[in-house]
Formats: sequence, structure tokens, C-alpha cells
Amino acid sequence: MKDTSPPQWAVKLLARFADPNTSEEVQGDLMEMYSYWVRRAGVATARRRYVWNVLKLMRPFARDKKSQQYSKTYSASPVMIRNYFKVAFRNLTKNRGYSAINIGGLAAGMTIALLIGLWIHDEFSFNKYHQNYGRIAKVMQSVTFEGKVYHGEYMPGPLGTELRTHYADDFRYVVMSSFTGDHIVAYGDKKLTKKGNYMSPEVAEMLSLKMAHGTRAGLQDQSSIMLSESVAGVLFGVEDPVGKIVKLDNAMNLKVTGVYEDLPYNTEFRDLNFIAPWDLYVSTQNWVKKALDNAEWDNNSWQVLAQISPNSNYEAVSKKIKDVKLKHAPETAFLKPVIYLHPMSRWHLYSGWDETGNVNARIQYVWLFGIIGMFVLLLASINFMNLSTARSERRAKEVGIRKAIGSLRGQLVGQFLSESLLVVACSFVLSIALVVLLLPAFNALADKQIAFFWTNPMFWLAGITFCLITGLISGSYPALYLSSFQPVKVLKGTFALGRFAAVPRKVLVVLQFTVSVTLIIGTIIVYRQIQHAKNRPIGYDRNGLITININTPELSNQYNVLRTSLLETGAVVDMSTSSSEPTKTSSNNGGFEWEGKDPNFKDNFCTIAVTHDYGKTIGWQFVEGRDFSRAFSTDSTGMVMNEAALKYMGFKKPSEMIGKYMKWNGVKFTVVGVIKDMLMDSPFEPIRPALFMVNYGWANVINIKLNPTLSARGSLNKIETVFRKLNPGSPFDFKFADQQYAVKFATEERIAKLASVFAGLAVMISCLGLFGLASFTAEQRTKEIGIRKVLGATVPNLWALLSKDFVLLVIIACLISIPLAWYLLSNWLLSYQYRTEISWWIFAVSTLGALCITLLTVSYQAVRAALLDPVKSLKTE
Amino acid sequence: MKRTFLGEFEEVVLLTVAILGENAYAVTVAQELEHKIGRTVGFSSVHTTLQRLEEKAYLFSVMGGATAERGGRRKRFFVVTALGEKVLREVRQVRNDLWDAVPSSAFQLTKG
Repeated sequence: MKDTSPPQWAVKLLARFADPNTSEEVQGDLMEMYSYWVRRAGVATARRRYVWNVLKLMRPFARDKKSQQYSKTYSASPVMIRNYFKVAFRNLTKNRGYSAINIGGLAAGMTIALLIGLWIHDEFSFNKYHQNYGRIAKVMQSVTFEGKVYHGEYMPGPLGTELRTHYADDFRYVVMSSFTGDHIVAYGDKKLTKKGNYMSPEVAEMLSLKMAHGTRAGLQDQSSIMLSESVAGVLFGVEDPVGKIVKLDNAMNLKVTGVYEDLPYNTEFRDLNFIAPWDLYVSTQNWVKKALDNAEWDNNSWQVLAQISPNSNYEAVSKKIKDVKLKHAPETAFLKPVIYLHPMSRWHLYSGWDETGNVNARIQYVWLFGIIGMFVLLLASINFMNLSTARSERRAKEVGIRKAIGSLRGQLVGQFLSESLLVVACSFVLSIALVVLLLPAFNALADKQIAFFWTNPMFWLAGITFCLITGLISGSYPALYLSSFQPVKVLKGTFALGRFAAVPRKVLVVLQFTVSVTLIIGTIIVYRQIQHAKNRPIGYDRNGLITININTPELSNQYNVLRTSLLETGAVVDMSTSSSEPTKTSSNNGGFEWEGKDPNFKDNFCTIAVTHDYGKTIGWQFVEGRDFSRAFSTDSTGMVMNEAALKYMGFKKPSEMIGKYMKWNGVKFTVVGVIKDMLMDSPFEPIRPALFMVNYGWANVINIKLNPTLSARGSLNKIETVFRKLNPGSPFDFKFADQQYAVKFATEERIAKLASVFAGLAVMISCLGLFGLASFTAEQRTKEIGIRKVLGATVPNLWALLSKDFVLLVIIACLISIPLAWYLLSNWLLSYQYRTEISWWIFAVSTLGALCITLLTVSYQAVRAALLDPVKSLKTE
Repeated sequence: MKRTFLGEFEEVVLLTVAILGENAYAVTVAQELEHKIGRTVGFSSVHTTLQRLEEKAYLFSVMGGATAERGGRRKRFFVVTALGEKVLREVRQVRNDLWDAVPSSAFQLTKG
């Protein structure tokens, strides 16, 4: 007998799939039979029979019978669960008021957490619309100047070709692009001002545009254009747009070769309403052509987008292209320019750096709101725990009786947990209804277009998990605590909660109010910061000031005609052109020379081209010197500077500079005046040195000061007629300078609004909790109050007695939250150069406010308890 | 009259269990059958039949002690229950009655 063992696979098969009720003896029997067969018929037959019998004895679907014989008695059986929920439901309906506070509070917390969750999800899904999301990057450069690191997306023109030719292996596509800006798109009589961009033809493939008409290869021809679906819809209605000719900026006739689905709101390119070919841009804009032809590496004016090839990664490519600019523009070595790739996944949340190079961007707000959401949810859960434990004494007898009858501890835990799960489930349904209701308002507030994911299984999974976790966490404390009571003590009535039983409850109240007060202080400081920046002197008069973009040739070459016609209407006080709007700066230059300049000083000024009438139009305030004037022919090389520039160059008094020269690009400018600092950039940052020079050719914007004695509407109508006559090719689009200025506060105001909403809700939730708790305390002490009243206590006495405890807790919470808020907010304010002080009265006001709210909440219960007839209260039980 | 149906193979297996007495388990039943009938019996059919008979309560089973030769696996011993015995007797009675009813000439006709 060489081989007495049956085939191993068959043995295993039998062990795995035999009927569980007979598995053991069948395996043994077959083994015995095998050796019997070996003796009788030989190994081969035995093996064959063995396998055959194994196959016949497999019962893969057989179930163990023993386990089915009796119904199980463990606490998770369906009958028990049904009973848990029945009892829970009865308890909820018995105490309607407390149930409402519980469910309402939790629902409010969940609503906020859900909204914040949706917001965070939207933030993280930014740009994910593009299929090549993981491989697209923006080419950027960082420079180090005076020890500070600056990052910029403005790139030199020849970089595109350089990357395409020398690093062909690393890039799938390299796309040159201008910056998205307003242009006029016209078809027949329809003229629209739409945002669009000039880009290399590969962009359609790179951004995986979904084509409604035409193909992605549409931009190959220089005189073609791709439109977004919405623009095509407005221009052509139901007609087929492909092949139609549209006029861009009243100068170029372009054939529509493709129409793409509008890019969703949560993408970087959501404003991209049309794409025109890059080559068209080069051939129509002389300065661009010049920059490319002469390979101007020091002219940083364009964007470069890229998709890296499938087998490379961002880090490796960034490393390779690091020194590209330095190689071609060695004169910029003092800035240490580093070229790198900024991945698309980081564009939205990680585009922003402080001067030391750390990320200081939107991701911080994601964190902030994430934390707030967590805290608000925590507050709501704390409420729930607080109320449940407060009720524990009332239910102690119930627990005692249940235990005496034979309840296991597990069953009691199950009962309390199912009770909390029921509350959570109700709250969840309620909060979904609230979210759906509030989503439009929230979208408006947060500048989003978030839709509720009704059909997303992941969302429901997350929601239910979230419910379970919340239910379990908020139910666990009462569940474990209540079920630990000893039945004998409870039923004998010797059960007392002890001196320290209320300690955890008090800790929770303190925690709740700490969060609320911190949020109140935060909100006040954010508002103060905004107000502080708004009150800042701006150095010019923005009332009745409007700006109009120059986007057609008609506007740029008839300055005098336009000015006289406008002045003739009487609706305009003055008009001028400039290279940028008064609410922003667009050009920075170095290379100025002046008397007494330190040769090692690498200067950098904002440069703004203006006309003689600019000062009068926007209301410059002169510190010394005079405005540009046509009376002096030398003023065509005149210059006006701001005080910041004066300080920057190291002069103390304006007179030191007036009449002196500034040399730039071989032209000698004479400084004629110094103005008060004009706030053009961010209101939260210091004002940068700026130089104003007369140049009628370098004009991008028309500035008009409206006549204050006439109504704005009437003036605008008159101005519009002038523009219609002189510039028939484009719609009359204007912007009010004060509105443009207000946009600068948009982010901060949004944060302030959101923070105040969250703070308000946090306070409300805390108060709900406090209200519930106060009512329980009052109820518990009914007899005590009755006796006190009989002995002669007055209502104010009793009111003070009941309120004292809570006031103390809130004061402790304030004491904790003041240093906390101070620390957090002084860090937040550090990110602003121009910032408000955190003064003591903010803390005082917040503390007082919190105390007032507490007293109001508690007093209702306290006064009610104190007014109760002692006869009735002593008769209870 | 309520009658329990007993198949031919079931009857044979039940009888074999009775013959084997205390040592009746699937293996011995299968081997005994082989000896008595003289042809190989599928072990799996013996096993399933035993199971079925137990379900019908004609057999009662008890797990034996652990055995070394079967890799420590226990044997399931079968014992004929009172009901099983009753059924066997009934079947036999029916047979006997039928035999008795056969006229003595019945087989002679075919002989000739």
C-alpha cells in the first residue's frame, strides 16, 4: 500500500461543502471506505470511487439544523428590536417638549454639518469635470526678492515653444493662453460682452470639452472660434452654429467650428464662454508678436497650461524645467526664478502663498468650516447626551424594574441605543428637508451651485453611517450609564446620583458654551476687520465714477472726439483713459533710475499710464506739486507718484523729489507732483509704490466722472448715446468704481456671513440644551422650592438660586474661550497686512451677551418654578 | 389506513442496521450490504438512505467516541427505533399475506 491517501483536493472539497450536520462522520466514513476499497479493488478504483462519492455527498446549500431548532434569546432578535423601538416611541411622545428640543437641536446641528459637508465636497471636486484632471498643470514661477518668495502664473511667451520642443517627452500638450477677459462677440445685430480666451488648439483635448457641435480639433484654423453652448444658444437660437461667422471685438471675423457644453460652475474655467486660437492672438496683437519673435524671456504676460505625458509625474517634470527661465534670461538671476508645475488638483485650494512660501489659500477655509461643522454637530450631540442623562433619574425606576424582571444589561443598552437612534433618524429626515429648503439660500451665500445628491449611493451611505455614528456616540453615555444602575438600590429608593453625578453634564455645558462664545468673538472680529478695511482712506473719489473697457479700435483712437462729445452732454464732469482701472493695478516694472539711487537697489513700481485729465476725473489729492497740465508741453514726459513710492525710494519730503528726473527705458521723466496714497489693490495690504505717466497710446479703460447734480440713470443714458454713435460695434458696458471696490471684500464678507450664521446656530443649539437642562433642574427641585417658599423665600431669591449654577458655568466657558479666541483670531489677522486691533471690549461684549442669553433661557424655567404654588408642588408623588 | 412507505433499498438498509446491532454505522452497513447482496453499493446512497430513515424516525443515531484510524473523527452509530421495527414487521406481514394469497398453481403454470 504505497499510496493510501485519497486525492487531497477531494478531501478538502468534502470538508468544505459537506452537509454541516453530518460532515464529521461522513469524512471519517469515507476515509474508512477508501482504505476498504484500496484493499478490495486497488488504488485507482478506490480513488475514483472516493471522488465520485465526494461529489455526490456535497451539500453546498445545507444549513446547520441545530441552530434553527430554537429561536435565539439574544437581545438583537427582531422581536426585541421591535419592542425597543416601541418603548422608545412611547417615551418620545410622552415627553413631547423634550423630544422636540432633542430632535430639533440635533436636526439643526446635522443640517449645518450636511451643508458644510456639501460645501467641502464641492470644494474638493473642483475641476474634476476634466477627464485629465490628474495630469493637467499650470506652469508657474516663483521668485525670491528681498528674502520674500512670490509665486506667479504670468509666464514669458517663448516658454511654450521651449517646453514643446526640448521637453517633448514630458508633456502631452503644452497650451499657451492669454488671460480670460471680456470680449465682444457679435452675430448680426446681437452683440454680447462675454468672457473668453485665446488658447492653443490642443486645449479642447486637454480640458476634455464635451462637444455639442463640431469636433475638438476646431481651433486648428487661425480664423476659427469655439463657443460655449449658452453663448451659441443666445447668438444663433435653434440654428446650427457650425460654419456661422461671428465678429470678435468688432475687428475679427471668425468661423464657428465647435460648440462645447458649458463648463460647470465648480471649474476654474467656468467663465470660458469662447476659445479663440492662440495664433490669431499672436497675429493680431503686435506686442505679443514682438515678444515671441524676439524671444522676450523677461516679459511675463501669458499663461502656460500643460498636460504631462502618462509616464511622467509633476515632481520629476518640475525638477527638469526648474531653470528654464534662468537659462534664457540670465539677467533675472537676482530674482532666482524657479519654473514649476502647479497641478490642477491644487489650483483651487492651494493657490496662495505667504511670503515665506507656505500655502496660505482657500484650503484654510475648508479646514475652518470643517472644524466649525464638526463642533456644531458636537454641540448638538452634547445636548442630546445632556438631556438624556438628566432624565436618567426619572427612568432609574424603569431600569430597576426591567432588571428585576430579567433584562440583561445588553438589552437595556440596546433599548437606550435604539431610542437614540430613533431620535437621530427623525433628526436626519428633518435635516434633509431643511437642507433641501436652505440649499438655494446657502448657494447664494457661498457663491456655489451645489445640488443635493439624491441619487448618489455614496452620499446615502455616508449619511446613514453618519447617523449611526452620531446615534451611537450620543446614545452611548446614557445607555451605558443608565444600564449600570443596581436594581436593588434603585427600587429601594436609596439610589442617589451622588455629589459628582452632575459633573460630566456641567463639563458638557461648559464645552458647549466655550464653542459658542468663541464663535461669537470670531464673528465680531471678522466684521471688525472688514469694517476696518472699509474705513481706510482710499485717496481718490469713487462716487459717480464709472469705467468702460476699451475693447474695439474705435474707442482707442478718438480720444478727443469722445471727450468733447461726452463733455457736451453735460452729464459728465470729466473723462480720461488709463492703462488700468482705479481699483486695480496691472503692470509692475523695474529699471527706474533717479538721482541718489543706490546702485544695488532693485526697484519695482506699479506703473500706470494716464492722460492729462485723469487726476481731475478721479480726484487725486495732492500732497505737493501739481497735476498734469496741457499748459506745460513738457508734461508729456511728466510723472506723478504716490507717497508710498516716495518712501520706497528713501525720500522723506515730497519737495525732495519734485522737479527731479526719473529715467526709464531711456526716457527722462520729470516728477511734477506727489499724491496721497491711492488704494488700488487689496484693501488689506499696504499700498504699493506707484508711478503715473502720461501716455495716450497705452490705454485700456475709459474713466468717467458723472455729474453729481444729475441722476445717474439720466447721465448714463446720455453717455450711452455718445458711445452708440462713436462705437457702434460693441454693447455699452460700464462698471461703477464703488461696486468694483466692494468686490474686493467679497471673500471676507462671505466668511463673515457664514461665520455669523454658524455662530447664531451654535448659540441657538446651546440655548436649546440649556433650556432643556434648566427645566429638568427646576423639575427635580420642585419640592425643595416648595419648602423654601413655605419658609419665606421670595421669587427673586429662588430665581437667583436656580440661575446661579448656569451663570457660573457660562462664566467658566467664557474664561476658557477668551484666550482661545484671542489666539486663533490673532493668527487669522496675521494673514492681513492692514488689520484691526483685538480690543478688550469685544471679549467683554461677548461675555455679557452670552450671560444675557443664558439668563433669558434659564429665567423662563426658574421663574416658572418659583411661581409654582407650594401646596401643589409639595403634594406631588 | 395510514401507511408509511418504505422503499426496497430503505428496507434492506434498515434490516442491515438491525443485523449489525451495536456496530451499525454507514461503513459497516455499506460493507455488510455488499457481502449480503453481492454487488457494490454506492456509499453515498447508503449514507443518504440512513439520513432519510433517521428523518422518518425509523432510526436513531448516536455519536460514538473519537477514533484514531479516522483521523480522530467520531462515528455515527444507528439503532432501529420501535417505529422502525414496527414498519419492518408491517412490511413483512404484507409480504407474508401476499405470499399466502398466491394460489399454489400460480407458479406451476409458468413452469410447464
